[in-house]
Amino acid sequence: MFCVIEVSELTKRYGPKTAVDELSFTVRPGRVTGFLGPNGAGKTTTLRILLGLVRPTAGTATVLGRPFRDRPRGLRDVGALLDAGDVHGGRTARGHLRFLARGNGLPRGRVEEVLDEVGLTDAAGRRIAGYSLRMRQRLGIAAALLGDPPVLVFDEPLNGLDPEGVWWVRGLFRRLADEGRTVFVSSHLMSEMENTADDLVVIGRGALVAAEPLAAFAARAAAPVVTVRTPEPEALGALLTAEGASVERGGTTGPEQEANELSVAGLSVTELSVSGLSEARIAEVALRHGLLILQLTPRTPSLEAAFRELTADHVEHRTTPLAPPPAADSHHPGGPA
Amino acid sequence: MSTVTDRRSDPHPRDIDPRPTHPRFTDLLAAEWLKLWSLRSTPWTLGLVLAGVVAFNAAMAWDTYRYWTYDDPGEAERYISDGIPFHEAFNANAALCFMLAVAAVGAVTVVGEYGTGLIRTTFVAVPARRSLLGAKVLVVSAVTTVLGGCAALGSFLLTQAILSGRGVGVSLGHPGAWRVVLASALIAPVCALFGMAVGVILRHTATTLALTFGVLVVLPPAFSEERHWSAVVNHAQPFMAWNRLTDVPYEPAAHPWSTAGAWSVYAVWALVAAAVTVLVPHRRDR
Repeated sequence: MFCVIEVSELTKRYGPKTAVDELSFTVRPGRVTGFLGPNGAGKTTTLRILLGLVRPTAGTATVLGRPFRDRPRGLRDVGALLDAGDVHGGRTARGHLRFLARGNGLPRGRVEEVLDEVGLTDAAGRRIAGYSLRMRQRLGIAAALLGDPPVLVFDEPLNGLDPEGVWWVRGLFRRLADEGRTVFVSSHLMSEMENTADDLVVIGRGALVAAEPLAAFAARAAAPVVTVRTPEPEALGALLTAEGASVERGGTTGPEQEANELSVAGLSVTELSVSGLSEARIAEVALRHGLLILQLTPRTPSLEAAFRELTADHVEHRTTPLAPPPAADSHHPGGPA
Repeated sequence: MSTVTDRRSDPHPRDIDPRPTHPRFTDLLAAEWLKLWSLRSTPWTLGLVLAGVVAFNAAMAWDTYRYWTYDDPGEAERYISDGIPFHEAFNANAALCFMLAVAAVGAVTVVGEYGTGLIRTTFVAVPARRSLLGAKVLVVSAVTTVLGGCAALGSFLLTQAILSGRGVGVSLGHPGAWRVVLASALIAPVCALFGMAVGVILRHTATTLALTFGVLVVLPPAFSEERHWSAVVNHAQPFMAWNRLTDVPYEPAAHPWSTAGAWSVYAVWALVAAAVTVLVPHRRDR
């Protein structure tokens, strides 16, 4: 398959610190690809290497088959928004876009078109220093669209946007991808990518964690799991495993903690986390073998939780949670398969 | 509203991309020109530098005119033959101020981009960094040469018009007059290029300006003309070269040097600074 962006064995070290660690992945055209990782995972460094701003220690990153630095007219090949602050506040938005367009031999009218497209026409004559973050993001997107490029790269484009802005950017990415372009978008929040990306590239501590379609990632990492509470964990667990489920044993509560409405007193109850079987099948198996089930609760962990679990080992600076984590997090299917 | 074209039918842009792969240098020149003049501070700064330098020189000539005490026509003749009208056409203090101001203008064209982060936007838009900085070097050189020309010619004409009120003004036809004007004009691009070169190396506004000013102002008096090696270092400074070129007539010191030597100091500083500006960012991260 033709891949527009190809990153191969990419490594970048800053002294003893490894920012990007033998990273390899590809990005395909016609899709929005989310580039996910916790803060400090090496996303920005990777994007900067991809765009020729930083030299890799080892490995290669190519766009349309060549290193970006070999492409003299950058805007016509790749539109990029790395940091909305990468502008000179003394210029007007129009002045900023005009010199960018001129350097790539783009017609002046193109500036007005992209200003219109991002809704900055009315503010285009004002100096950027007076712009809000949201307006700067729009200006950065306008600059990325200027050269009508087949490849677009955005570093944390949803940061600082209000809900309306997020909705607009999502629609824009969708449209750009539907036009056959390659859209590569970084974020540190899965919740931002969940409704935006078709494909995911997940990294942690500079290394690849996952690279697959969002749907596959969801099916794999966030498979539904059923919580079963039973006084007969060994027997039920063995039966369910035989049915093809994977079973994880949770905590056991003694008889004194159980509600006294049970006719059989003095039972200790164990919690099982079962994945790979629906709750209906679990109930059926239990009934067929006469095993008592006290609770049967299906849960679907959030993608955000799955992402956090996957990258937990790769987080740079982790904080110790003050409060117990929310319920969805405490019922994990047992980490990455 | 949108003018983007449908690429669904074209999943392999690599194979049939008809776009030119080489940047047109004229596009880059035009872009740098736009970049310079789209900052409101540019015309203000250049205008103030020009007005300030011409006013500085005119003030000194006015001082001479105002406190002129010689009534003997022979005094006026000696005044001219000693080349003092040339010294007033562009006095040394005005020249130093002009050098620093223009060096700062050159430096800011570079560190202004690094300091704001705009340099990343610029490099992503035009990955061919040597061509890009070559265009910037040419645009800044051209603009500061015109600025220097206006400052030197304006100062010359205004000061000599003031001095002619005492019969000691000279015309552009006077021997050596054009050399004085040219040397004062061309010190501008030399200093601007030096500021740019320091800027691409340090990439930080305050340190760039400090080093630029330090080298231009502090180095010349630090090396005396008495010993040979020290005189060579002294003569290699742009300000001393300017001094040599505007000294008409020249009175040879212990280690005399030619105007050709002084012109070559201009040339070497300008060329080395231009080369540094064009080549250094190509090798660097960012």
